[in-house]
Amino acid sequence: MTKATTPVLELKSVSRLFEGIHAVDNVSLKLYAGEIVGLIGPNGAGKTTLVNLISGFLSVSSGDVIFDGESITRKKPHVIAQNGIARTFQIVQPFARMTVLENVMAGAIYAGHRGMVQARDKAIECLEFTKLAHLKDMPASELALANRKRLELAKSLAMNPRLLMLDEVNAGLNSSEIDEAIQMIRSIAATGITIVVIEHLMRVVTALAERTVVLHHGAVASEGPTEEVMRDPKVIEAYLGNKFAQRFAETSGVPVARPA
Amino acid sequence: MIIDRAFALKIAFGVLLFACGAMLSAVLDNYYLQVGTTLAMLCSLCWAWNIVGGYMGYPALCMISFFGIGAYAGGIAQAAGVPETLAWFVAAGVGLLFALLLGVPLLRLKGHYFAVGTIASVEVLREVANNWDQLTGGAIGLNLPIHAGSPDEVGRYFYLAMLGLAFIAFLVTAIVDRTQFGFGLRCIRQNEQAASMVGINVFKYKVGAFVLTGVLGAATGAIYASMVAFIEPKDAFNIIMTIEIPVMVMLGGMGTIFGPLIGGVSYVILKEFVWAYFINWHSGLLGLIVVTVIYFLPVGVLGLTWRDIFRKFGASKSTRPVTSDIARSAS
Amino acid sequence: MISQYIVNGLLTGGLYACLAVGFSLVWGVLNVVNMLHGSMVVLGAYFCLYGVQQLGLPLYAVAPVACLILFVFGYAIQRGLLNRVITQPILITLTLTFGLDLIVNNLIIHVFSATPQSLVTNFGTVEFAGVRVPVVRVGGMLVAVILTLVLYWLLRHSKIGRAIIAVRMDRHAAALMGIRIPHIYALTFGIGAFMAGAAGCAMALIYPVTPMMSGVFLGKAFVICVLGGLGSVPGAIIGGLVLGVVEGLGTLTLGQQWATSVGFIMMMAVIVLFPTGIMGKKGYE
Repeated sequence: MTKATTPVLELKSVSRLFEGIHAVDNVSLKLYAGEIVGLIGPNGAGKTTLVNLISGFLSVSSGDVIFDGESITRKKPHVIAQNGIARTFQIVQPFARMTVLENVMAGAIYAGHRGMVQARDKAIECLEFTKLAHLKDMPASELALANRKRLELAKSLAMNPRLLMLDEVNAGLNSSEIDEAIQMIRSIAATGITIVVIEHLMRVVTALAERTVVLHHGAVASEGPTEEVMRDPKVIEAYLGNKFAQRFAETSGVPVARPA
Repeated sequence: MIIDRAFALKIAFGVLLFACGAMLSAVLDNYYLQVGTTLAMLCSLCWAWNIVGGYMGYPALCMISFFGIGAYAGGIAQAAGVPETLAWFVAAGVGLLFALLLGVPLLRLKGHYFAVGTIASVEVLREVANNWDQLTGGAIGLNLPIHAGSPDEVGRYFYLAMLGLAFIAFLVTAIVDRTQFGFGLRCIRQNEQAASMVGINVFKYKVGAFVLTGVLGAATGAIYASMVAFIEPKDAFNIIMTIEIPVMVMLGGMGTIFGPLIGGVSYVILKEFVWAYFINWHSGLLGLIVVTVIYFLPVGVLGLTWRDIFRKFGASKSTRPVTSDIARSAS
Repeated sequence: MISQYIVNGLLTGGLYACLAVGFSLVWGVLNVVNMLHGSMVVLGAYFCLYGVQQLGLPLYAVAPVACLILFVFGYAIQRGLLNRVITQPILITLTLTFGLDLIVNNLIIHVFSATPQSLVTNFGTVEFAGVRVPVVRVGGMLVAVILTLVLYWLLRHSKIGRAIIAVRMDRHAAALMGIRIPHIYALTFGIGAFMAGAAGCAMALIYPVTPMMSGVFLGKAFVICVLGGLGSVPGAIIGGLVLGVVEGLGTLTLGQQWATSVGFIMMMAVIVLFPTGIMGKKGYE
């Protein structure tokens, strides 16, 4: 299988310094086609910074980012987007005064390399997939939060990405909305798109990700199949601190509670 | 390019208007030809500014830098013996280079700094024109060869030339409005970060828009210089006009195809027929118009809906939050 | 020879500091580029001229009144007009103040006429660093600098000053602390107008003033503000002095006609190279 041989995205000891502090510290990772990878970690662990580094929004201090066998370390955000990496923002950033349809078209035109007319068709297709088609002529600023999150998703999908990074795409949603989002993300992955799910909600990660990476103080604290990672004492320590980790270790066999 | 019925109708309407304008040249007397020429000139400047100021939402206050550069480039070329029409193209070329020169550093700035940088360009250029005697004739001004012909013929010629340029500016706007270039500019206006994340080469687009504006502005200046056959620094780099143009576009509606036209026409009507009677209050009335436009027509004539008009005269007096996206990019 | 230009530059620079500090404060705190500033300077000068020449009052009585009138004028403009559009894009606020500038300037021309006027003052000259300079210029410069320093002290130590700085740093947080934002905005604008008036009075002592000079004053304010950093009082002093000296040296090396351009070119260079001003964000107060 290709899965074992060529990674879609490879990080080679990527670091980012902010005024001397390692926001991301020597992170090496491999992501393979079609897999869903969870990226978790306590607040300030560097998850969003890592996404910003991959998407070119921040420059890498040292290390190399390789996408599809080609280094994208020094590339500009728009080039990376055109190459096939899409992301959503933790705080949604729609083009507020455009309609929902136009927002999604923007994704389809530039990164999706389509003419205006084909872009509109593709956008409608993406809106149908994310169940927003009935709102297509509404200004994006008037959408409710759940729909804005979906709009971000639709916009990213329209970009024809091969790697999709979802930064807290479920934060602030209610339980049934989350279930729907999980279904949606699964069917996106089924089309062969690699997905990185950055989440605080462990139930989303456990439901989606076969593999999970835990960041702590900017470095990878643990990595592996989600089930195992969740039991890793280092992860418990990262989330709950030293004392609790020891107590959990003493009463072994107790799975980690939902830290979120 | 998406061409739907509404757009086709708009274009057809615009073409019809310009055709009527061209045909009117046969019957208008010299005074109205002059008014018409001024109108066409202001409209092309408005359309040019609308690309950067309206679609892209950057507070560019350097429209008159482009205009003046074009006037001087065309003027100097003509004075050196270049044929008139060729001089206009030379001026457009110089406008392109100047837009690149100014745009590449300034377009990295946001908000006030961008606005101030663009205003400063007007001041610097005026001083350069004032002091570089050998090239520009300095404060005394620069004489151009006078276009041959009777006053009526000359008036008609420049009216048609200016109208032609305005038509080009209109077409450029229409194309920008419907292509992915213009779509990208609208994305940039609202959120540059998000725009680059969907794969828009933000900087290239901004420079591209700036260059379009610069070329059109410089061409307008060159035709103007040929028409008046004399240019001086305070005329070519008039600081009031660099703000008048955005006000006209605001009046008509920023980032729309017909906004610049509506703004330009209303402005010229006010200028020619109202305050011609108040010579001493010229700038005061202009100020009053500016203030009125901002308080009562913040989205321009084209941005108004009937509901807004009723609301405006109804009980609620709250100013509507508009174009907050520019505010965000400004902060 | 060169010391003559430097001393003159420093003297002019002190005036420039006073001229620009209000503009800088308004820009920094309100995020408004106040195109009206130049006309407010002219207005201050004319009030001063009018009081001394027409009413025959002594200068030390007229100048403070002129400044106070401008404070009230500024407060009213901000409270009544600008506060209503303060959240709008900068194109709107900038154009609005430009429109107001046209109106005010037109009124000044109408009321005071457009001919250059100046106060005939003769306080003799004084020897300073080997250079003879008129006492009035030294006095004008000293008053301007002292006022600017007083403003600096007030911003640091008075309750209202702290409130203004709080609003400058974070409007929303300041509002949550119970600061009345519209009032503070109006006060800031009023203070800006007050300082403009003071600069105007000092100008009237030294140069003939015409309403046409509002644009020149505004231009200087722009340059100084960018050089010194937005909303920074020490920045305005440094920027003013730097501009004064640079203009003096520009006059010496390139000739009088290039002096203004040198300032503007320097400003454009600073804008492009240091988008937060030379002092950067540190010059908060």
